Amino acid sequence: MGKAQVIPFGPQHPVLPEPIHLDLVVQDETVVDVLPQIGFIHRGLEKLVETHDIHQYIYVAERICGICAFGHSMGYAETVERLMNVEVPKRAEYLRVIMHELSRIHSHLLWMGLAADAFGYESLFMHTWRLRERVLDIFEAVAGGRVILSYTLLGGVTNDVDEPMLAHIKDVLAGMKKEYNELCNAFLKDTSVKNRTVGVGTLSQEEAIEYGIVGPFARASNVNNDVRCIGQGAYGELSSFEPILDTDGDCYARVKVRALEVLQAIDIINELIDKIPGGPILNPVKGAPEAGSEASGILEQPRGEVYYYCSGNGTKNLERMRIRTPTSQNIAGMTMALKGCDLADVNMIVLSIDPCISCTER
Amino acid sequence: MSYVSKSPWIIHYDGSSCNGCDIEVLAALTPLYDVERFGIINTGNPKHADIFLITGGINERNISVVQEIYNQMIEPKVVIACGVCACTAGIFKDCYNIIGGVDQAIPVDVYAPGCAIRPEAIIDAVVEGLGILEEKAKKLEAEKKGA
Ligand code: SF4
Repeated sequence: MGKAQVIPFGPQHPVLPEPIHLDLVVQDETVVDVLPQIGFIHRGLEKLVETHDIHQYIYVAERICGICAFGHSMGYAETVERLMNVEVPKRAEYLRVIMHELSRIHSHLLWMGLAADAFGYESLFMHTWRLRERVLDIFEAVAGGRVILSYTLLGGVTNDVDEPMLAHIKDVLAGMKKEYNELCNAFLKDTSVKNRTVGVGTLSQEEAIEYGIVGPFARASNVNNDVRCIGQGAYGELSSFEPILDTDGDCYARVKVRALEVLQAIDIINELIDKIPGGPILNPVKGAPEAGSEASGILEQPRGEVYYYCSGNGTKNLERMRIRTPTSQNIAGMTMALKGCDLADVNMIVLSIDPCISCTER
Repeated sequence: MSYVSKSPWIIHYDGSSCNGCDIEVLAALTPLYDVERFGIINTGNPKHADIFLITGGINERNISVVQEIYNQMIEPKVVIACGVCACTAGIFKDCYNIIGGVDQAIPVDVYAPGCAIRPEAIIDAVVEGLGILEEKAKKLEAEKKGA
């Protein structure tokens, strides 16, 4: 055994678009310990509730993270609606879930592309991102933005999606599905992909539970914590919902869970478009939350469960707003998975948890 | 600017952005927008890069990282602030941990606003940056001859 050395990883690193710093303690070529350092993107968003009122804060909530932008605005709005006992029209609930599942497709495709880049499969990266653009086109047609949508309002959504557009979304998804299956073949069957992912960064079910990890990262270790099962909003109207689980807990299982979740999201969207009821899309919210009122909410985002907490103080501004994001949970699991791995696999393992640093640090 | 004398390589760093602009920077590199057709390649090494694309504002923690990357880049170099956060700190202006736009840490050559910035705007900004790069290179050359 050689002497232990420390190799810095990040904050500026080609494989991750976001800054996180890891001190990797390596002995020979094996990682023996990992010390994460975070805080490079800390802005202090939770405190902005003091200067932005409940309606304005939607736009701040969206910018907690640009990848799950829609999810954050939806989760925040749902929590404030619960705080103020606002009933959201059915059609708006459906539209929100459709948009949220579309974001899941875009987020997972984005991740799969970055993962392909991490294991050195450049053309696969390009192809997944090409496919992802179709989802962004839908966003642009519906809400006017590609990544930051500003589609949610307290009590509903900004504008309706008419029948031809809904039919168009279905068409686009049907077209995507065909090409996506071809991509999936490469991700799940190609030996060069398998060589980099099978048996790498394994986390057992016990460890996953012990570290409290969430999202596809946990589901790949056979921990069912998909909060969509609870059936909030339009999720409750799905005829059936089975979370996607895998038992292996390695990087390959994580790729597989996410790959299948994209197909599941396409099915969910198709079903909701078939069932969507008519009616209004907005129940305008007036007034302010009562002093001392509290509410919390959870939402399954592409990276896992997000927890929101709000409390009111009788004014238009919230007293306190708190968010717990999936990556802040998962970083502990990631350091666990990194211990004992090869130095060359660090990229892949770090990426396999789908880290979203800007959510974590806010 | 009728032609470019070299293919510029870019380096990208996420200041304190929300990711929205970062994924657009990456989207600009991928098939739909494909800046690679102009010979623009994303590199991870500041010493190889000519253009520094930075997203997000500057905070207490990352100011030294940004300055370090800038100092490691070799002259001539161009800095492009991508997104309104990088230009002025945007929506995060009032946050307690934000110092301001990128120009609080390093000199910025091109400001490209937008929240999130569109890939077309990034391409425009890079093309503008190319002109500036060319000028800086000429100036450097002249200084060398003069010395
Ligand atoms: S400009 Fe907007 S999209 Fe870009 S990093 Fe800032 S908040 Fe995010």
